[in-house]
Amino acid sequence: MGNPSDGAPQHGGTVATAGQAGGVFEDPGIPPHRLRLSDTDPKAAKRAERQVTALFIISVIGTVVFLVSYFAIDLGPTSTVDTIRTQNILLGLSTAFAMLGIGTGIVHWAKSLMPDHEVSEARHAVRNEDDRQAAVKIVDDIIEETGIKRRPLIRNTLIGALALAPLPALAVFGDLGPNATDILRHTMWAPNAQTGKKVRLTRDPDGTPIRAADVTIGSAFHVIPEGLNDLKENRNNEKAKAVVLLMRLNPEDLHISPGRETWSYNGIVAYSKICTHVGCPVALYEQQTHHLLCPCHQSTFDLTHECQVIFGPASRPLPQLPIEVDSDGYLVATSDFHEPVGPSYWEREYS
Amino acid sequence: MKSLSQKRRHPLAVVALLVMGLLLTGALYSVASSANKAKADTGFSAADVTAGQKLFVANCATCHGMGAQGSPAAPSLVGVGAAAVDFQVGTGRMPMAANGPQAEQKPAQFNDTQTRQLAAYVASLGAGPSLPDPAMTDGQGDATHGGELFRVNCAMCHNAAAAGGALTRGKFAPPLAGVTAQHIYEAMETGPQNMPVFSDANISPEGKRDIITYLQTIEKQGSPGGAELGGLGPVSEGLFMWVAGLGVIIAFTIWLTSRTS
Repeated sequence: MGNPSDGAPQHGGTVATAGQAGGVFEDPGIPPHRLRLSDTDPKAAKRAERQVTALFIISVIGTVVFLVSYFAIDLGPTSTVDTIRTQNILLGLSTAFAMLGIGTGIVHWAKSLMPDHEVSEARHAVRNEDDRQAAVKIVDDIIEETGIKRRPLIRNTLIGALALAPLPALAVFGDLGPNATDILRHTMWAPNAQTGKKVRLTRDPDGTPIRAADVTIGSAFHVIPEGLNDLKENRNNEKAKAVVLLMRLNPEDLHISPGRETWSYNGIVAYSKICTHVGCPVALYEQQTHHLLCPCHQSTFDLTHECQVIFGPASRPLPQLPIEVDSDGYLVATSDFHEPVGPSYWEREYS
Repeated sequence: MKSLSQKRRHPLAVVALLVMGLLLTGALYSVASSANKAKADTGFSAADVTAGQKLFVANCATCHGMGAQGSPAAPSLVGVGAAAVDFQVGTGRMPMAANGPQAEQKPAQFNDTQTRQLAAYVASLGAGPSLPDPAMTDGQGDATHGGELFRVNCAMCHNAAAAGGALTRGKFAPPLAGVTAQHIYEAMETGPQNMPVFSDANISPEGKRDIITYLQTIEKQGSPGGAELGGLGPVSEGLFMWVAGLGVIIAFTIWLTSRTS
């Protein structure tokens, strides 16, 4: 088989000749052309033409149905879910038929009516060894002519300049966005800085305060800080940090570690609802096993052991909110969380 | 009166005084406890309680104890109230078929009358949540507010479309479609098995009524998007797309690359 780089047209089939002297594969060539039904029978060709036309008409009908159902179905104030469902189904089906009609029509047209003669295309020629060595020589010549090996001062200063050049970019990137440390460290649970007034625990979504007596054993309350519903801006961001789950257990079931003795009230405990894995709301409370389950990745926290992780990918217990009862009998937070809530972030361990 | 004051030093005077004191205490106690009882089991007759006790001894006492005081196998039923009995027995969860991760719903073993009698007996043991007021289970509340309460308090376990969901170690929150309004109300009030209690201090009776209205509304009107595929979200939808969607793509690929006859 001659030199593959001579550019002469080749029929495929032989891949390599090295080491196969005398054992060359026979080029099987192109199989004989097989005529289609529509090539020989004019009736079949006519039938295929009609089929393609029908598919295109189906597409047209689909488009018309889409426009009609979009504009003619009234979704005014009197519409019901039934109306919405009807429109959704019509829009989906008509779009499908509009697109599929064009696509299948074109493919059917190409397969049955357009010419289908086989074409053989030659493989691109592979470059020969001389060309490769010539390229290597050009690179070597350039290195030689720049004299970079003979003039180390130039080389070293160039390396230094290249190493320093990205620094301005780093400095600019450092200023992108505020440092998240402080925002994530504080929530609405912190007592008022001026008056020292402690924040009441209120029901989500109504915002009504909760008495300790309301929290019967086995209860689970979904809690937001007092005043959250009055926020004009950033309400959702504040809520995402401050949501708390409030539960009451038999006090003897709780295993309280030193330093947290005053954080609960007669078996009532409050924990952040934000999972320490990636921040899903952990709110699946099982009142007999006292497990808290995160629905996203099945992290399971043991409420009786201060929400230690007993299963799943979370790496830290849920932060506990220290609570007490104020003079009116309502539950209040004595302080903010003692650690940032939610998943890990870069500056979490450094304050 | 003179004779009485003369007899105050009689040797039997102390005994008479003791008897009088005991009688007074007993009378006061019976008044107080009947007031308590009236609060605990409104609407149950003494015959209901007696019939319920017979049913209880025959069917429940093996695990819950002769006086419903509980045993290592089952909790005490003193103070769980009529609502808990109506829910557990009315949905067939009790009597339990076998010990498992949780008692599962099955065809009820007792008819309505027997369930009522059992509830009457358990309610007579101590004050607890009573059967809900029919006005709170009529499904005529505010579905929008109910939806908000449902998403905050219930959807994490029971799924946003109330289709149910998995919990830890084989337990699960059941789907809520087809559950009667009364049973939904009782479940919220009593917290059966691992479900937390949502007492009236947490979700008011009107709030519970709104939640029931919301559940009935979404069950009645169906999904706005067509086929719900069980309302289970990415699990069933993903399965459908992997099987049906990829199947269609493979079929088209085969058609595209085949030769026309």
